[in-house]
Amino acid sequence: MPVVNARNLRKQYGPSEVVAGLDLSLASGACHGLLGPNGAGKTTTLKMLLGLIEPDGGEIRVLDLPVPSLARQARVRIGVVPQMDNLDPDFSVTENLLTYGRYFGLKDAAIRDRIPSLLDFAGLNSRAESRIQTLSGGMKRRLTLARALVNDPDVIFLDEPTTGLDPQARHVIWQGLRKLLSRGKTILLTTHFMDEAERLCDRLTIIDRGRSIAEGSPRELIATHIESDVVELYGEDASGWGRQEGMLHADRIEEAGETVFCYTRHPRPLLDALKDRPDLKYLHRPANLEDVFLKLTGRELRD
Amino acid sequence: MSGQFRFPRLSLRFIPVWRRNFLVWKKLALPSILGNLADPMLYMLGLGFGLGSLLPDIDGMSYLTFLGAGTVAYSTMNSATFETLYSGFSRMHVQKTWEAILNTPLELDDVLMGEWLWAASKSLLSGLAILAVIWILGLQADWALSLWLIPLAFLIGLCFSGMGLVMTAISPSYDFFMYYFTLVITPMVLLCGVFYPVSQLPLMLQTLSAWLPLSHAIDIARPLVRGVIPVNWIGHASVLLLWGLCSFWLALGLTRRRLLE
Repeated sequence: MPVVNARNLRKQYGPSEVVAGLDLSLASGACHGLLGPNGAGKTTTLKMLLGLIEPDGGEIRVLDLPVPSLARQARVRIGVVPQMDNLDPDFSVTENLLTYGRYFGLKDAAIRDRIPSLLDFAGLNSRAESRIQTLSGGMKRRLTLARALVNDPDVIFLDEPTTGLDPQARHVIWQGLRKLLSRGKTILLTTHFMDEAERLCDRLTIIDRGRSIAEGSPRELIATHIESDVVELYGEDASGWGRQEGMLHADRIEEAGETVFCYTRHPRPLLDALKDRPDLKYLHRPANLEDVFLKLTGRELRD
Repeated sequence: MSGQFRFPRLSLRFIPVWRRNFLVWKKLALPSILGNLADPMLYMLGLGFGLGSLLPDIDGMSYLTFLGAGTVAYSTMNSATFETLYSGFSRMHVQKTWEAILNTPLELDDVLMGEWLWAASKSLLSGLAILAVIWILGLQADWALSLWLIPLAFLIGLCFSGMGLVMTAISPSYDFFMYYFTLVITPMVLLCGVFYPVSQLPLMLQTLSAWLPLSHAIDIARPLVRGVIPVNWIGHASVLLLWGLCSFWLALGLTRRRLLE
């Protein structure tokens, strides 16, 4: 039985349909990614799953409870890491965890018993009494993640968990999430970082304009939706060469600014042809999730 | 849309919200008490002795006693207002504390209830502080009767906390609160009989004053200090309670619309 099951979810704001018939199903113990450009409806979807926004249509069950009617009971067993840190700046690290645990109806003694392991998980043992303002961005994120675990949830929702973090801090968060998965937790995360999705997620749903446009494991998505190899061409004549020679050897080309992307399942002829043009710079690489994402959602900016 | 103004869903889950604010207050208790107490007390003592020495008794009270009763109500109102406006807005909009709480089993109804009762509790302390000054100076005529100022202060707190939460719910920024002070709180202070009897005002202003909740608070507070049971206290208390309940309900609806749409 899926941990989260949403069918034909809809939400309209004025004339625009932010979520337009989305289906979503989370298997127990898996990490599920919700991938989409800005404004695709990711955060709105999360809020509907939490019962914070009432959908205009569709059905939601979370941990076998109907949402929003029994959202309160469902939230007892959900942990949430929001997009923006909203730790309590008036409190120390420990007080943040204690206060948050009380919202779940936990007794102070029970929370205090859990705090050492939460601090351990967040790598904040030595900062238990620190004020929030003195923590780095990465520490705050880790504390936010630890705070989401104060109720020992079965499922954890993370809204862009590593946005704004440096590479070191992102890796620490990813390690933490893997640890949670190994403990059998179910994770739903939204992101627009392809490497994050590729590394962590067992399943991905790519959404755009409130609809699911592709679903599968990262590998399946790459295998199904895109050619295996990409040759990126740069330089003054890249565009001209790409349109003539490139078209002959590649399955498909795309242009973005000064760069030409040649997608192909057989890169050899293309690379051979490039030998005659030492003035063109190129990069040959396997296709990745970002290529899939850009193919499916387009290259124009979303603001 | 109309669903946002449905009846509040009551539960005891508001208690952790109250405790959260209490914990913050405890950390800053000393400056907070000083801030709450010093300003109204200086007004009361300065004007009470300074101006009072030039004035005849009012309704059989010294001016200091007259002003003391008004200050209990006025100080409580101020405290409730500041807590729900500035602190409330910062928790809702700047720190996103309410958003964090809404991801837990609490609902917005619990959050607002916690904030409402917290602000009323905190303002009760401000009222108590002035009451303590009254006791120390021995201004009260009947000690037992003056104890009724304690529940009265809580009621005043509920009334003005509710009104403050309405402003917080619709405010785009801290600057917006200036309107509320200029258009609501200042008229309340100057027209409701804190510093002089309402009967000294022109008839038109007296009529306006009768509509303002602080008048009703002072109509109860002043007789209590003077040692008589207030005339029609049930009516006055009901007005305060009604203002509190209605504005809480309105604030909840407006905040639901703001945060849950």
